[in-house]
Amino acid sequence: MRPESTTSALDHNEQELRQLHLNTEVINVINDAGISLRDVTKRYGNKAVVDAINLVIEPGEFMTFLGPSGSGKTTTLNMIAGFVSATEGLLHIYGKPVAKLPAHKRDIGMVFQNYALFPHKTVAENIAYPLDRRKIAKAEQKTMIAGALDMVRMGDFGDRYPAELSGGQQQRVALARALVYKPRVLLMDEPLGALDKKLREWLQKEIKRIHREVGSTFVYVTHDQEEALSLSDRIAVFNNGRIEQVGTPAELYQRPETLFVGRFLGESTVLSGSMIDTAGATTTLDVSGHAIRVPGQKNSTSLAILIRPENITLDEEGTVPESSDVNTLPVTVLDANYLGSAWRCEVQLPDGSTGTVREAHSTGVREPGTRALMRWNVDSGVLLEDTGDEGVSLT
Amino acid sequence: MTLKRALGALAVLIVLWLLLPTLVIIPMSFNSAASFNFPPQGFSLQWYENFFTDPSWLRALGSSLQVALVTMVVATSLGIMAAIGLSKVKFRGKALLESYFLTPLIVPGIVIAIGLYSLFLRFNLLGTLPGFVLAHTVVALPLVIINVTASLQGVDPRLEQASATLGAGRLRTFFSITLPLIMPGVTAGALFAFVTSFDEIILSLFIQSPQLQTLPVKIYNSVTQASDPTVAAVAVIAMFTSVLVMLTAQFATRKRKRVSA
Repeated sequence: MRPESTTSALDHNEQELRQLHLNTEVINVINDAGISLRDVTKRYGNKAVVDAINLVIEPGEFMTFLGPSGSGKTTTLNMIAGFVSATEGLLHIYGKPVAKLPAHKRDIGMVFQNYALFPHKTVAENIAYPLDRRKIAKAEQKTMIAGALDMVRMGDFGDRYPAELSGGQQQRVALARALVYKPRVLLMDEPLGALDKKLREWLQKEIKRIHREVGSTFVYVTHDQEEALSLSDRIAVFNNGRIEQVGTPAELYQRPETLFVGRFLGESTVLSGSMIDTAGATTTLDVSGHAIRVPGQKNSTSLAILIRPENITLDEEGTVPESSDVNTLPVTVLDANYLGSAWRCEVQLPDGSTGTVREAHSTGVREPGTRALMRWNVDSGVLLEDTGDEGVSLT
Repeated sequence: MTLKRALGALAVLIVLWLLLPTLVIIPMSFNSAASFNFPPQGFSLQWYENFFTDPSWLRALGSSLQVALVTMVVATSLGIMAAIGLSKVKFRGKALLESYFLTPLIVPGIVIAIGLYSLFLRFNLLGTLPGFVLAHTVVALPLVIINVTASLQGVDPRLEQASATLGAGRLRTFFSITLPLIMPGVTAGALFAFVTSFDEIILSLFIQSPQLQTLPVKIYNSVTQASDPTVAAVAVIAMFTSVLVMLTAQFATRKRKRVSA
């Protein structure tokens, strides 16, 4: 690692930041961050592909950019990498302003979806390439290359050419190449997108282990929500060039702040309704003529309640709830699948839309066409503004 | 069946028709009589001996090789830069510029020759090495651009991005990554440029001076001025040089393809 944040450079940087009328607190946040984006915007013509994004990625953090294609996540990554220049905003890597720094001077590592190994160089030569750029002596290179190959469990493949390796092996070499010079930041652009499911899951574990070993800041771009949930310390959910929410996987799953986030991560049942009453900490909605209660308050005319499938149970029609903390809604079973660990039922809600129920111990109400009672604790519902986001794929 | 046989015979005839004029020169070059009469009489190496002992022929060969080599270097360097510029940069009228670069392939050589003649007259370039190189580069450049562009299309732009993140500037990336990967196209383009210059006659006839003649010009002059069978020997030598270079080009491209596949 190069000690590029010398005192004088930092002072100079701070002066610059002060001139932008940022207060000391903000400047400290920028200086302490692994990566800091402040009001970063990328416009092509009049269209903002990335629209005033603010994000602080902590040093050593595993941050995932999750979102559908065209949401701006890859453009944001490319701005951090230096392939795309921001139209506006401040971009800092470990306190150093990089907006005007070309990619090759940012001291980052990057892993691409298609591996991007140099086909005319052997595995060892590929990994030596960044070391040559840093003028590291050949003898020292040898041990560094061996160490990097061991880290990705490819120790015996140094003399092979990339074309002689499988996709998974190539991506592991690409990881070794991007990490051999110990960059403080590793960027990954859908690195497992071209691999089959089994290999993907195994490599996810490997990437997690390597992240723990090297301790660098990882930024990972994916459209696969399962991958994001299992890998990340925190996830930034992108939509339409903006970040909808940043949080830990559990926060995003249990307490989504927007309907888009709730729908994009995991399965959910969404009930649209109009407000009847808001008293204390609880809001009551009219959902197709049924009074449904949900914790929290929202100042909006169109509201929705999001419930995760594992928080819902199906009862036979006519069952009376034993507790007042429970909501019930009459539904019709559409389909039921046995998943081994649970039953997954699709039900038709009173307004005709589809809901999902996941029960570890099925009560037996699962014949398609059966009328049933959907039941969940008031506390497990999440009150959201109904933005009408539909059609988000769950893959 | 008869149709198939007839077509086969036609094919053979066409092949002979294409090859015979070229091949007929070979027996002629070994003619022992001092004439272009066919069939030749007797066998002799005197015309080859003539070529290698006549300083004016050797000078012409030297000039040709010199012009061809310099043209190759100039056209290849410019062609690589033009091809990269055209493949990387997006701008309005790019398609127009692309076809503009290829016009020397379409415009009749005689038109270019007359244009160059009047220009070179003005700038005192007639009969000079730079004049020959400039003229030959005009017709050789499109061949380099075509070959290098084709190679560039096979290079993943992500490789250059990867190189940048690994700490390499643009020049380093070009020489370490891009150039090795487009080498088959560069080699083919360079050899095409060499052969184009080595065989070029129309432009050269206009630019020549008694002091500086390329081999094709010297051949043309001696055929029109005197009936000297030495030209048959020269033609055979020139032909084999070109064929050798083209075969090398073919071989180079095919070998690289196998490596990258």
